[in-house]
Amino acid sequence: MRVLPVGEDALLLEVSSGEEAQALHAELLRRRAEGSLPVREIVPAARTVLLDGLSDPSRPAAELASLALPPAPPQARETVEIPVRYDGPDLADVAAHWGICVREAARVHADTEFRVAFCGFAPGFGYLTGLPARYDVPRRTTPRTAVPAGSVALAGPYTGVYPRSSPGGWQLIGTTDLVLWDHARVPAALLSPGTRVRFVPVAATGPAG
Amino acid sequence: MTDRALAVVRAGALTTVQDRGRPGHAHLGVPRSGALDGPAAALANRLAGNPPDAAVLETTLDGCSLRPRSTVTVAVTGAPCPVTVDGRPAAWGAPVRVRAGSVLDVGAAVRGVRAYVAVSGGIAVEPVLGSRSTDLLSGLGPAPLTDGAVLPLGPPREGRARVDVAPQPAPPEELVLRVTPGPRDDWFTPDAVRLLTSRAYHVSPASNRIGLRTTGPALERARRDELPSEGMVLGAVQVPPDGTPVVFLADHPTTGGYPVIAVVHPVDLPAAAQARPGTPVRFVAVRRRRLSGG
Repeated sequence: MRVLPVGEDALLLEVSSGEEAQALHAELLRRRAEGSLPVREIVPAARTVLLDGLSDPSRPAAELASLALPPAPPQARETVEIPVRYDGPDLADVAAHWGICVREAARVHADTEFRVAFCGFAPGFGYLTGLPARYDVPRRTTPRTAVPAGSVALAGPYTGVYPRSSPGGWQLIGTTDLVLWDHARVPAALLSPGTRVRFVPVAATGPAG
Repeated sequence: MTDRALAVVRAGALTTVQDRGRPGHAHLGVPRSGALDGPAAALANRLAGNPPDAAVLETTLDGCSLRPRSTVTVAVTGAPCPVTVDGRPAAWGAPVRVRAGSVLDVGAAVRGVRAYVAVSGGIAVEPVLGSRSTDLLSGLGPAPLTDGAVLPLGPPREGRARVDVAPQPAPPEELVLRVTPGPRDDWFTPDAVRLLTSRAYHVSPASNRIGLRTTGPALERARRDELPSEGMVLGAVQVPPDGTPVVFLADHPTTGGYPVIAVVHPVDLPAAAQARPGTPVRFVAVRRRRLSGG
């Protein structure tokens, strides 16, 4: 693990894989919960975990440099089920990229157990991993100016659900009515780093309206 | 409608509600937000007799006009600007009594960018995740002010403010930003780090609450591959593909995929909030206080 100082009160911990980053994140949360890691923000990402707002970064820097990570992240506490209609405008392209039919592509996605690797882009947007590497897909060459809220989408190794309408270049494979982010709800975000996720296919009800 | 309220007569170019922001939610993709010039906002609250976490208004260049529905104490700090009540000159940087129905006008900034208007009782819009700040990146918090809007005010604190005048730093003629290199300085040519800390940059007009954009020599990367998304901090000097550095301010994204060549010391960021487009920017490399370096 590389420990990179970031300004005066933050450390960026870099590991070599997404799995390691998730295991490291779980370990850091454990340390914060037991009181041995006073820090304002713990922000996991693709290959890193950022510790921001450390009162004295030198001590964790020394401790963490020699940290032996558990081989796998611990089991997530909870599973969020996301009902999804596999009706996205890019589903056929994704299926073609995978070399299977549309129906089979939906089944592959729905049979996968996902885990929120990290969040970003927008409040409540989770980067979900779980699909084997052979199912990586490129971003669309031309991003859409408006992706509807509730779109279930793929890019690279990740699946994501747009919590609100926004521009986006991900491949849209389906739609959910589940509200991923509601700041008036506790918790506001259904998905947080470490959450397990399953997509549950529901029958398309036909075009709304 | 209660009379503890404030009618917006003239919203100005961009006036937002700000407090100390909502740190602690970066792992959910929620920016910290909050007043860009924190010390100026804190001073406005002290002058108006408010607790430090009360919400204030942050204006951009051309101020705003407000009509309180009950008599209030206000204070305007940050960018120096003319202040009037019903057209009569009033004090900037000091408590001002505004009677119910009178119009407080916060004029265009003479220098600097952002004025802070604290009103006794604080702006009492509904908090989101513990903060009333408008976050322009993610859209959390109240929308920017519009003409005719009405903002609720909280109950004023008993007793008078204990300060009635306080020194404030002048907006910078030249913005000096102390930086510590990294975490991704190794993604750039050695020349790039030297360029950043030796050449003149200028504040770009494209700057906003998300980032202070600059114009100046492009910084060349030593590697062309894509950096996987990683967590971003306040003050991060991120270098997008065009090579000109962007200093992340309060509404910055929580993760990003462009390498961060250096990080600005947080003490220097309030001055960045007051630097007008065209202001010269000098990045000065300093030694990290506690760490011995990467």
